[in-house]
Amino acid sequence: MVGKDCVAIACDLRLGLQALTVSNNFPKIFQYGDVLLGLTGLATDVATVSDLFRYKVNMYRLREERNIAPSTFANLVSSSLYERRFGPYFVSPVVAGLDQKTGKPFICGFDSIGCIDFAKDFIVSGTATEQLFGMCESLWEPDMVRLDLDFRTLFPPGIFFYMMILLKNGQLNHDVECSTIMHIICTSDLNFTNASYQSTFATGFDEFFANNLNLLDDLQCPEDLFETISQALLNAVDRDALSGWGAHVYIIEKDKVTKRLLKGRQD
Amino acid sequence: MPGFDFSNYNRNAALHARGVPLPKATSTGTTIVGCIFDGGVVIAADTRATSGPIVADKNCEKLHYIAPQIWCAGAGTAADTEFTTSLISSQLELHSLSTDRKPRVVTCMTMLKQHLFRYQGHIGAYLVVAGVDPTGTHLFTVHAHGSTDKLPYVTMGSGSLAAMSVFETQWKGSLTEQDAVNLCSEAIQAGIFNDLGSGSNVDVAIITKDKTTLKRNHIKPNERSKKLKSYAFERGTTAVLKEKIITKKELGRFVDIEEVEPEGEKMDVDT
Repeated sequence: MVGKDCVAIACDLRLGLQALTVSNNFPKIFQYGDVLLGLTGLATDVATVSDLFRYKVNMYRLREERNIAPSTFANLVSSSLYERRFGPYFVSPVVAGLDQKTGKPFICGFDSIGCIDFAKDFIVSGTATEQLFGMCESLWEPDMVRLDLDFRTLFPPGIFFYMMILLKNGQLNHDVECSTIMHIICTSDLNFTNASYQSTFATGFDEFFANNLNLLDDLQCPEDLFETISQALLNAVDRDALSGWGAHVYIIEKDKVTKRLLKGRQD
Repeated sequence: MPGFDFSNYNRNAALHARGVPLPKATSTGTTIVGCIFDGGVVIAADTRATSGPIVADKNCEKLHYIAPQIWCAGAGTAADTEFTTSLISSQLELHSLSTDRKPRVVTCMTMLKQHLFRYQGHIGAYLVVAGVDPTGTHLFTVHAHGSTDKLPYVTMGSGSLAAMSVFETQWKGSLTEQDAVNLCSEAIQAGIFNDLGSGSNVDVAIITKDKTTLKRNHIKPNERSKKLKSYAFERGTTAVLKEKIITKKELGRFVDIEEVEPEGEKMDVDT
């Protein structure tokens, strides 16, 4: 799942033989340098394919003397799977990572014969695919900043009022997202000292933002992305008899990867 | 082409016999069309990819690059259309480099049909090949079994009937570029709205003697309306049992790549 300047990838922990649960600690996410790979499907192929790509990624690193980029890795997965077009591995992989150069989030999914699905929002795979599609489609939002934040509490009255005026004048769209408003307010050269508003609102804009830049830290998106992906996964697997038993969630940011073990139903 | 690896084939057949379901391949479902106009050719496609009844990708690309002046629209098994077109694209590029000529659409079509015929329809690629080369403007369809057609207007995929109905009622012998784009867009939209396997947006590629224009999402008749309310969960909703943070710095323990200062011109000391 893609967030603002971050990506997340999550899996459940069950290993089963049809209805018989064999293990409740079988992670399906593998990390190769900067790239994470999730594998669902036949367990023997999950093991084979994860080892195969570990080998291929290590060889790439030795040859190229650098880590593999997520998009390069996606093409490696795709061509490796298509090579077995008529005798495929029973896996449907998901790739997630941040582009090391641009910092842009990258996710994609594959079918078992290597057709890439480049998505800008989310990718799902496995037995709970249908449930996950429903959860993600309803929970996911671009840039993953909570839209229910009340700006009146966040900003001093003057600034909020100024935003309203901008909205009314058509300088901001009505349906513009809160994150976008934040962005415009904080980065643009909107002339806050402009014309007739000057007398009323001039005081304090620059000062306010100089002193309150940490307001943005409160809107840190990885946390919101974490809640969204976790709840999407947990609620989906609860409606799938073949998935569950806890979950792993990885949140990938520019300078760190956070791995969390979630509490899930054990039935 | 080095060829396919069949080493899992017998295992998969045995697995299937024991009741393990075969994995579903992504299909493009698809409406794709092509139409010649005075001075060039237009191809267009919808952007839905399906896996059974599930919409797998709402905005996929079905117009594939073969050569600067030859493009291909693909229906059928998504992986097959993707890889077959890129394989032929590479071979055609090498061919054009070694002959020092611009690639021709017939060459492309022949390579595609020979490749697909060799695999007896098991490679499920159904293609519309269009392009302009020194011999003129061309439009072909290539079926997975290797048969081909050469027609002034063509449709393929599950939405081909819906799209063809538009062509059969509106097509005329002489079309301008704009006419052709509109006609193809109409045909694709007929597929989008009347065929369940097709949906989302209209992609268009216009190829003329001088240039190729790819209009990705030329028409977007199915944009999702904005959510009126946010359903995001509050922070702290999810119960976490364990947390581990790996920072880039720590990762440095495992990665031992360092920037080395360039040695300058040390090699030139013999003067």
